[in-house]
Amino acid sequence: MSYVIIGNSVAAIGAIEAIRKVDKEINITVISDEPYLVYSRPLISEFLAGQVKEEMMGYREPGFYEKNGVTTKLGKRVVAIDSAKKSVKLDNGEEVAYGKLLIATGGTPFIPPMKGLGKERIYTFIKMDDAKQIDALVPEMDHVVIIGAGLIGLKAAESLHHRGVEVTVVELANRVMAAVLDVDAGGIVQSALEKAGINIVTENTVDEILGGKAANGVRLKDGREIRCDAVIVAIGVVPNAVFAKESGVEVNRGIVTDNHMRTNLPDVYAAGDVTEGPDYLNGGNRVIPIWPNAYIQGKIAGLNMAGVEREFTGGLAMNSIELFGVPVITAGLSNIDSDDLEVLTKIENGNYRKIVLRGSTIVGAVFVGKIDRAGIITGLIRDQIDISSMRDRLLADDFGYIDFPVELRKERLGAVAK
Amino acid sequence: MKRVYAKEEVCIGCRLCEVWCRTEHSRSKNIIKAHKSEFPPPVSRVLVEELMPVSFALQCRHCDEPECVESCITGALTKDESGRVVYNEEKCVGCWTCVLVCPYGAPQRDLERKKIAKCDLCPDRDTPACVEMCPNQALVYEER
Ligand SMILES: Cc1cc2nc3c(=O)[nH]c(=O)nc-3n(C[C@H](O)[C@H](O)[C@H](O)COP(=O)(O)OP(=O)(O)OC[C@H]3O[C@@H](n4cnc5c(N)ncnc54)[C@H](O)[C@@H]3O)c2cc1C
Ligand code: SF4
Ligand code: SF4
Repeated sequence: MSYVIIGNSVAAIGAIEAIRKVDKEINITVISDEPYLVYSRPLISEFLAGQVKEEMMGYREPGFYEKNGVTTKLGKRVVAIDSAKKSVKLDNGEEVAYGKLLIATGGTPFIPPMKGLGKERIYTFIKMDDAKQIDALVPEMDHVVIIGAGLIGLKAAESLHHRGVEVTVVELANRVMAAVLDVDAGGIVQSALEKAGINIVTENTVDEILGGKAANGVRLKDGREIRCDAVIVAIGVVPNAVFAKESGVEVNRGIVTDNHMRTNLPDVYAAGDVTEGPDYLNGGNRVIPIWPNAYIQGKIAGLNMAGVEREFTGGLAMNSIELFGVPVITAGLSNIDSDDLEVLTKIENGNYRKIVLRGSTIVGAVFVGKIDRAGIITGLIRDQIDISSMRDRLLADDFGYIDFPVELRKERLGAVAK
Repeated sequence: MKRVYAKEEVCIGCRLCEVWCRTEHSRSKNIIKAHKSEFPPPVSRVLVEELMPVSFALQCRHCDEPECVESCITGALTKDESGRVVYNEEKCVGCWTCVLVCPYGAPQRDLERKKIAKCDLCPDRDTPACVEMCPNQALVYEER
């Protein structure tokens, strides 16, 4: 009865570490189509910027696999799951039997239909090999167009700018990071980007990628043409679940799981960016493609696979990113207009602080600039603490445990922390 | 494992714990040099919160299942066998994800180094510097 994990990224590591807490015996096999030991995916932008070397990108020590009794099959893709036979099939025809299976295949870039796709020099930016390909071309590039001003597009923009490449970011919405930032916060971030020299075109989109064999420009919706040496499509990621769906796994947007990270198939679990797991704030299920969520889902899946019952309390959308020296933190319902939500904000010298309340609990927050100790607010969201007595202090830069009701503070600080 | 706990009833908010924490985590370990001449200056891993008449010192709680360790995008934060949440500064890239997730507001941003600073329970000492040097015994280092 061996454990098999498809994917070798953070959700897989969360599962391995959890399984090994309870089961030190039974073999774990990890299969991934990427040829690398686990690396920190977010660091591909620091790699492209030339700030972090490949050797420093390992998320765990190289000895991690051996120490944890993990067999790896790297550079191999799973093409199907046979849930009756309890085995998975690889692209080289090999079959691997499982007792318990975890699908942790992450996301794949979403590329909307547009004219001119299929040329050379059109990239996405989610894998080590994407970063290496773009890196190799940097000496030949003067100008790159990036489609999408979300986290990944802006990180790629910053990295290339750092290498001396001119960058134009094209975004459909009227501001950067529109999914998580409101107009005020988006405006602060956007002006920092523009001040640094990034060209940002909003409320526009690429109609056609121009060029012959290789991309050499784009034509925008408004007819304008921009010459460039490469295009990076960074519109978003979608769960990498096609083979799972074809094998009978229930997939909506992502693989649907219950709060034990089980799929509809017996002994088959899913975790990370590939899942549409329970959503903490809104109930129901939702894809929340972020690193912490992937680790925690992996951990919960691993514990349950190893026979220790543990419930996932639900994912919380959140992110921390720093662009050109401006740190930005978002958590929960950071940018949703709704009658049942009350919003407190403060803008001061380029610093922004926003707290979103539903009744007497916090359900969302944004910090730009002064982000220190933001996690205290994240904790209040996670635990749905009644903040009535601290309401007036929530926007203070030095908000802290001093503002907590004394019993709650003593309970939190006086005992072993969970 | 032993952890540091504050007794807010006896804390007077003098912030000497911060001073001795900076000194312990300086290169020279000399109180004057640490505060006057070292660059980048050492950052205190303990933070005194104060809203008179109440004050207390707060540092990393070395959580049982730490949010920071589960969320750190580089693997810079790990929990060791003794239970301490340890930090490998070399791996930190200053993404501030731990600042986003730590419910105690424990990781401090070291802006000069663009890395975080976090309580390490003073591995070179038997008792952490803040506990030993507090003139009012407002910090204790014990098993609970
Ligand atoms: C540039 C960039 C920056 C980011 N920055 C942040 C950040 O700052 N904070 C944050 O929270 N999140 C960030 N993210 C998102 C974060 O990286 C993801 O949420 C996280 O990697 C998800 O982990 P995962 O284990 O679910 O899957 P992934 O990391 O996506 O890994 C899945 C693995 O499975 C492999 N695989 C897929 N299908 C198969 C198959 N059929 N057979 C075998 N192997 C397969 C894939 O090749 C891949 O190696 C960033 C992402 C990118 C690209
Ligand atoms: S940094 Fe915060 S989350 Fe991490 S162990 Fe310390 S108190 Fe817990
Ligand atoms: S700031 Fe450093 S320690 Fe904190 S999550 Fe990022 S890499 Fe990890």
